[in-house]
Amino acid sequence: MIHRRLVLACFLVFISLSVFELAEAARREFWLTPPKLESDESYMVPPPPFTEGIFPCSECHKEMTPNPKRRELTEEHTNIQLKNHAEKERWCLDCHDLKNRDKLRLVSGEQIDFTESYRLCGQCHGDKYRDWKTGIHGKRTGQWNGKKQYLLCAHCHNPHNPRFKKLQPKPPPMRPENIR
Amino acid sequence: MSDMEKRDEHVFRLTRRKALKGLALGIGTMVLPAKDASASVWESFFQKNFRELGKSERRVILERLEKEYSARYKKPVRVKDTGPIEGVLYGYGLDLSRCIGCRRCVYGCVTENNQSRDPQIHWIKVLRLAKERGVDLEHSEQYYNPATVPEEGHFYMPVQCHQCENPPCTKVCPVQATWKEIDGIVVVDYNWCIGCRYCMAACPYGARHFNWKKPGLPAGEMNPETHYLGNRPRPVGVVEKCTFCMQRTREPDGMYPACLEVCPVGARKFGNLLDPTSEIRNVIENKRVFILKEDLNTQPKFYYFYSV
Ligand code: SF4
Ligand code: SF4
Repeated sequence: MIHRRLVLACFLVFISLSVFELAEAARREFWLTPPKLESDESYMVPPPPFTEGIFPCSECHKEMTPNPKRRELTEEHTNIQLKNHAEKERWCLDCHDLKNRDKLRLVSGEQIDFTESYRLCGQCHGDKYRDWKTGIHGKRTGQWNGKKQYLLCAHCHNPHNPRFKKLQPKPPPMRPENIR
Repeated sequence: MSDMEKRDEHVFRLTRRKALKGLALGIGTMVLPAKDASASVWESFFQKNFRELGKSERRVILERLEKEYSARYKKPVRVKDTGPIEGVLYGYGLDLSRCIGCRRCVYGCVTENNQSRDPQIHWIKVLRLAKERGVDLEHSEQYYNPATVPEEGHFYMPVQCHQCENPPCTKVCPVQATWKEIDGIVVVDYNWCIGCRYCMAACPYGARHFNWKKPGLPAGEMNPETHYLGNRPRPVGVVEKCTFCMQRTREPDGMYPACLEVCPVGARKFGNLLDPTSEIRNVIENKRVFILKEDLNTQPKFYYFYSV
């Protein structure tokens, strides 16, 4: 009799433990999965911050033969300087696609639109990408209980020189003794 | 006559005299406004506490205010009384590792919530703190004014109403002109507030502000989308405070508060504490979070956090 009870008790403990673990796993899973599938362009983003008149890139590039050799650009795009962004290790074609100039390129070789550039940045900045998807990193506007707009990484960080730029602060408050 | 009787008579006379005086004074003041002002002065004088009003009584009051404000600011002004949304308890997050102290939020709030420009009232105060000291309020500075922010060795901490779950401010109000709504927002009925400023003394966060003068709000800058308990124009002599932009956030398609929308670094987070999928819950469950002056047991719903 005692034997049977023991087995039953063990069984119960086992069941409750696994239920607990499952719930915990589900909870983790919840935060780790993005709200929707990545590939269906689910994030509402404003247009990427292109320099006036520069897009589509193919306008100019379609006449040229692509040159995949790593080099310093001396004729065009001289204003673009890679800074504070591992400039020794990479150059244009690590992120821009050689064949389709209007696309970005992931390490896997997949071509993506500029509106999905977060996937490109997320390849290295995985922690930020995860926080961005759940609304912790970066700025969202719109409805707190409905449609939101996400800013792209590039709206705040110049991709070629990503450190956030300093701003001029708005005026300080008046001191109480000066308020009449 | 015994001493006792004399005293009684004295006391009686005094009170009667007082009563007569009071009555005369009362009649005097009753006549005064009737001469120069419209009936609305009367109506607002005898208005009940907002929480005691029935639906139709509210309608009348809101319409009266809308008419009054529209005339004063020369544009159609709306005064809503939207109630709390069921199942919602608002919470706010502020990322101390992101805020750069630019004060965009301060002025975004002033514009949205019709604060007095002159004399100046700010519902948000941004404190500058030294990194090496940490959150040490005694050494905070709110009048910093460098050419650019952030400054080396400093971090910034905006403070506004924390919408305490256990608010000391509402408990001290002698006339119950301020209270906590069920969605957690602490509100003031400006028509019921007597301006005693007890609540200002009770608030440990300096989040309440008093209208010492008639608020200076230029008609052109007035935001006509208002809430009775929130950003409608305030009269002189009442206390006001942040309401998490209830005129925006209480709508079914609730917009984010204005301070959040204007923040250039995305340091501000907002949402429903009762919704496990909300941004604010995500912050609380996954980041390092603290509340200000926790030891006072005010139980703020304003959470400071570090995203890194
Ligand atoms: S607008 Fe954002 S970054 Fe600027 S002071 Fe306010 S919270 Fe900080
Ligand atoms: S922060 Fe101050 S004004 Fe706001 S609820 Fe708490 S005690 Fe009241």
